[in-house]
Order: sequence, then structure tokens, then C-alpha cells
Amino acid sequence: MLLIPCPHCGPRPEIEFRYAGEAHVARAADPGAVNDQDWAEYLYFRSNPKGIHFERWRHVSGCARFFNCVRDTVSDKILTTYPAGEKKPDLGTLMKEAGR
Amino acid sequence: MSDSMAMRRSVFDGMTPIRVEGKVTAASLPFAARFVFRGDAKAAAACSKAFGVTLPKTILQAASEDGRSALSLGPDEWLLIARDGEEAGIVAKIEKALAKIPHALVDVCHRNTAFTVTGAQAEALLASGCPLDLHETAFPVGMATRTLFAKADVILWRTGTNAFRVELWRSFVPFVWGILAEASRDF
Repeated sequence: MLLIPCPHCGPRPEIEFRYAGEAHVARAADPGAVNDQDWAEYLYFRSNPKGIHFERWRHVSGCARFFNCVRDTVSDKILTTYPAGEKKPDLGTLMKEAGR
Repeated sequence: MSDSMAMRRSVFDGMTPIRVEGKVTAASLPFAARFVFRGDAKAAAACSKAFGVTLPKTILQAASEDGRSALSLGPDEWLLIARDGEEAGIVAKIEKALAKIPHALVDVCHRNTAFTVTGAQAEALLASGCPLDLHETAFPVGMATRTLFAKADVILWRTGTNAFRVELWRSFVPFVWGILAEASRDF
């Protein structure tokens, strides 16, 4: 079983968590000014990378909080997790810390 | 009101007790007053005074005083437990103390119920359905957290080396009790 480090509770088994899609997808400040294509991309288009992915998770059967996670979609290795609302960490620094 | 109170029935009524002599016992607890309190540090400090138990600032901790308990389940969420019948008094006191501080106080005493698991094999019996490391070094006395038991959300609170309190939704009880009874046959 995968252990996911919740930023509030520490490492916990993956079955306590729910995946909640890509992180840092910002809603336009003025939705009225957005054209159809950009709105569709905001709603439906995701980066879906093979490799490092910034994503949201919810520790639903624990502290029940949403948080962000940086995970390698190939190896499932988690580089870091941080509370929702915090700034997106720099990928270069993370990679260096992980020794890659 | 008195008529509806007279109808209140424990979900444990009619359930076979779980008891393996000298090893482990699971027993239901009486009705209790329960609330979910949410708010920031300022709200928690005011609530601590009104409730009479200091709400733990550290997550996953439980504190008790004079029959009342506060369990920190999340960074801004606590479960408050008191004796049955104290609901109205607690609500009045907390609402008065926090009149000007944003918070949420939800009465969950008819949704939740609780039982204890005690004995030398308490840890092992709970491990039959719980994915957490329940060894005392990883889950010390005084720790409390929401987790899973099989497929049911439960709150696990270690009250002693060989004693746990399990808080859960009353509708999950037949499911959880069935698995515990089955697992207890291993001892």
C-alpha cells in the first residue's frame, strides 16, 4: 500500500485519501471576459503529463482537508505535499532535493 | 419531546457482546453529548474556556477533563464529547462566548455512537480492519484520529495502553460489529 504524507497528519495509507484532479488550475478573475475556447480549456483540459504532476488530494478519512501533492506519474513517487493555498513549489528545487 | 426521548434506542440493543476471556472485550458506551466544532485558533481558545476542556492545538490529540473531552481531528476541527443531557447547556455557553467569533458548532450526538475495545489483544483486534500502525510507538496513548475500519469511517482514540474508544456513525455499527465479532474468533 502506498503511504501518502498528509501535510497535517503525516504519512498515512492511501485508502484514506481521494484524488481530486490537477492542482493550480486557476479560475479566471472575470469569467465574463473569457472566450469559449479558454473557458473550455479551464473546465476540461488538463496537462496529463508522463512524469512530474502537481495534483490535489483530499485526506477524506483523516483530517478531511484538501492539499497539494507533487507526484511522478510513472513511478508513483511523491516528491512533496503541502497545504492547499500555499505557493506552487519550484520544480527544479524539488528535483534537486529528490536527487534527480 | 418526552415521547420522542422515550423512543430513543441504542443501536447496540440486541447485539451479541464481543468478549474473549482474558484477551479482548468490545463494549458499547452509553449515550453522550457530541459536537463538531470548527474555527481558527482564536475561536478554539474561546471555546476551550466555555467548554471547560482546552482544545488541543496539536492535531490528532485528545484532551479530557471532568468527564468532557476534546479531540483534534483536523487543523481547524474538533470533536467535543460530554455527558448525555448536557447538550443545551453546552450550546448556550459556547454560542454566548463566541457570539462575535466566526465558527461552526454542530450537534452530532444522534448521528454518532461509540464503543470501547479493551484488553491485551485490543490493538490486534482493531488491526483486523484498520490500516494504521497501531503499535504504541506509532499510535501513543492520547492520540485520536479519523481513519477507516474496513470500509467505515471511524474515529479511533487510544485512551490507554490496552484501551481504545471507537467513535462512529450509528448506521455503521452493524457492519463494524460484524467484522469485529468475526475477527475476535481468531483469539
